[in-house]
Amino acid sequence: MTVRNMIEALNDAHDVMMERDGDIVVLGEDVGYFGGVFRVTAGLQKKYGTSRVFDAPIAELGIVATAIGMAAYGLRPVAEIQFADYIYPGFDQIISEAGRMRYRTAGEWPLPMVIRTPYGGGIFGGQTHSQSPEAFFAHMPGIKTVIPSNPYDAKGLLIAAIEDNDPVLFFEPKRIYNGPFEGYHDRPVTPWAKHPAAEVPDGHYSVPIGKAAIAREGEAVTILAYGTMVHVALATAEAEGIDAEVIDLRTIVPVDIEAIEASVKKTGRCVVIHEATRTAGFGAELAALVQERCFYHLEAPVIRVTGYDVPYPHSMEWTYFPGPARLGPALRKALED
Amino acid sequence: MNKETERPNRPALSLHVPEPDARPGDEIDFSHIEIPAAGSLRRPDVAAPASDTRELVYSLVRVLDHDGAAVGPWDPRLDPDTLRRMLRDMMLVRVYDDRMYRAQRQGKTSFYMKCTGEEAIAVAAAHAMDRDDIFFPTYRQQGLLVARDYPLVKMMCQVYSNKGDPLKGRQLPIMYSDRGHGFFSISGNLATQVPQAVGWAMASAIKGDSRIAAAWIGDGATAEGDFHNAVTFAGVYRAPVILNVVNNQWAISTFSGIAGGNLTTFAARAVGYGIAGLRVDGNDALAVYAATAWAADRARSNLGPTLIEHFTYRVEGHSTSDDPTAYRPQGAGAKWPLGDPVERLRRHLVSIGEWDDERHQAQQEALAAEVRAAQREAEAQGTLGSGHYEDIGSLFEDVFEDQPWHLREQRDEALAEARRK
Repeated sequence: MTVRNMIEALNDAHDVMMERDGDIVVLGEDVGYFGGVFRVTAGLQKKYGTSRVFDAPIAELGIVATAIGMAAYGLRPVAEIQFADYIYPGFDQIISEAGRMRYRTAGEWPLPMVIRTPYGGGIFGGQTHSQSPEAFFAHMPGIKTVIPSNPYDAKGLLIAAIEDNDPVLFFEPKRIYNGPFEGYHDRPVTPWAKHPAAEVPDGHYSVPIGKAAIAREGEAVTILAYGTMVHVALATAEAEGIDAEVIDLRTIVPVDIEAIEASVKKTGRCVVIHEATRTAGFGAELAALVQERCFYHLEAPVIRVTGYDVPYPHSMEWTYFPGPARLGPALRKALED
Repeated sequence: MNKETERPNRPALSLHVPEPDARPGDEIDFSHIEIPAAGSLRRPDVAAPASDTRELVYSLVRVLDHDGAAVGPWDPRLDPDTLRRMLRDMMLVRVYDDRMYRAQRQGKTSFYMKCTGEEAIAVAAAHAMDRDDIFFPTYRQQGLLVARDYPLVKMMCQVYSNKGDPLKGRQLPIMYSDRGHGFFSISGNLATQVPQAVGWAMASAIKGDSRIAAAWIGDGATAEGDFHNAVTFAGVYRAPVILNVVNNQWAISTFSGIAGGNLTTFAARAVGYGIAGLRVDGNDALAVYAATAWAADRARSNLGPTLIEHFTYRVEGHSTSDDPTAYRPQGAGAKWPLGDPVERLRRHLVSIGEWDDERHQAQQEALAAEVRAAQREAEAQGTLGSGHYEDIGSLFEDVFEDQPWHLREQRDEALAEARRK
């Protein structure tokens, strides 16, 4: 057991898996000698050599497509897209190719590959280093979408993603790489070292894809969250003194419907939170699922707390960010109705 | 333009939109096309630097001359059995195409694409590569499957989306895929396969394998970013891959000038990326073979990728959904100065005394009978018109390795809906 922040946990997941399986290769912009702009692949090239860990041209389409070719060959590539905002040039290769290859070849060409990418705002990254594009991928068949919220899950889920025989999109909440962020940007940040989920086992373990975790048990209202928003939800529940149950989805496709149903049927109230824009965001899917399955248990309408339907701003990023000031009133409203 | 931005002393800008030389009703004229004599181009050593191919990308590697003789340094000196086998494969592709085209017109399937005039490009390449090399084709390389003895019945079942369709009725007709025959799944999103082929080749190099990859793309689709990413990666990592551009000059109704084909050759793209490039008479099976073998040797020797432009002409429409008389002169294909690839190879075999009209006629009839028999066998398993693949539960399989809850639920909904119908 070692105390690790999320970057160290992700780095360790690579190391553990590359040690075990010579078919795992890592490619992406700046991931080689330098070890990635967020240091997630630090030291890997030195340990495993340039033919297994290497820099890629600034060409996300090419990164995804060559990873597809490598997976078709029989390798298990782990590709880094430097920021989730940069993923769009590779969009067609992800959704039309990677996501459909098993299907269109009737199972002959499965593609075991992981695309890792840091997402989310709160680092003054402006429009092009802050986005949360998970809903695009959740909308398309054949892609698993995973979003961890702490170092323990990050390592276990990345190992599960690498071992998975389908393409997995792995969104890393970069605002909490170094410490849990409760959404109060004007307060000092606590490092992961003070958090129990930073106790990361050495060696191999995995956290199953498709299984949610109960981040906080409660009776009054269910908060469905993932990534950074798990910590915002926990902090807001404490600050508001509300006995909320916080479900950390961890995977949005396939989403853990049993965990969602069990919680909402217990509390009778549901607030969905994500950092992405609201319209057609994954919160809309969650709200629809809750309505379809828990309608007669609901005491109040499902509320969405999200980013606004605007490009992620630079100077006013805290105005955009769905922090406690947005979630708190939503929770109170869910309880009042 | 408003008053403030008006600059009356400057010439007005105008947009240049390239137009083909001839439209319907015009006389087709190919006389401006420069065709060097067969055998006139030098053949660089396989180990030569990529820059040594620089002037070749503006010319045309040709082996078969007007009389069917194989001439010059690119002559691959194939034995008669290989030549006859290539001729047989090309003839079979043409017979197959004709039968399947007719089957579509008879309502037995939704769609078909012929490769008339382009048979040599796939067939000769397949014979020039090793059986365990992998192909990442686009949609006019059915010759690759034929050359690797893929069963005709399975090809037809795929076209019919019937019970024998190995792809379970999921793919548009002709979008074949077969791992065992080293034929990667064809995508309707064009150019996507080219960087994938580069990735496969990189993987082969990473693992210290000796197998190489080849990809095919049309002239029109080279405009996609996928192509440029592919050539960049292939060059950077010296990937053991052959990048084939089939320049048949037409992308549905759009002539190759709209893909930049009037500005320079497609083979010349290689120069900018610093990789080897060749421009080949695509209707000359021996030239295609020779160029492919040269590129394969380079790739296998860790000397990296080669971009080969196969200069040819799309004789037929783009697909069964296309009528080329709406945008280009009728009968242009028959006037294509590089001739017909099947006829040119036949003439060569005859000229060296290894073939004759009688055998040709007998082979033509035998292939027609073989295709007819295969068609009967395939149609016994249904056609899209009747008895197509319809296992509803299978619709929800192979999306993922394991079926998650939402797909199980949707499968049950679909089955219930089918019972109500």
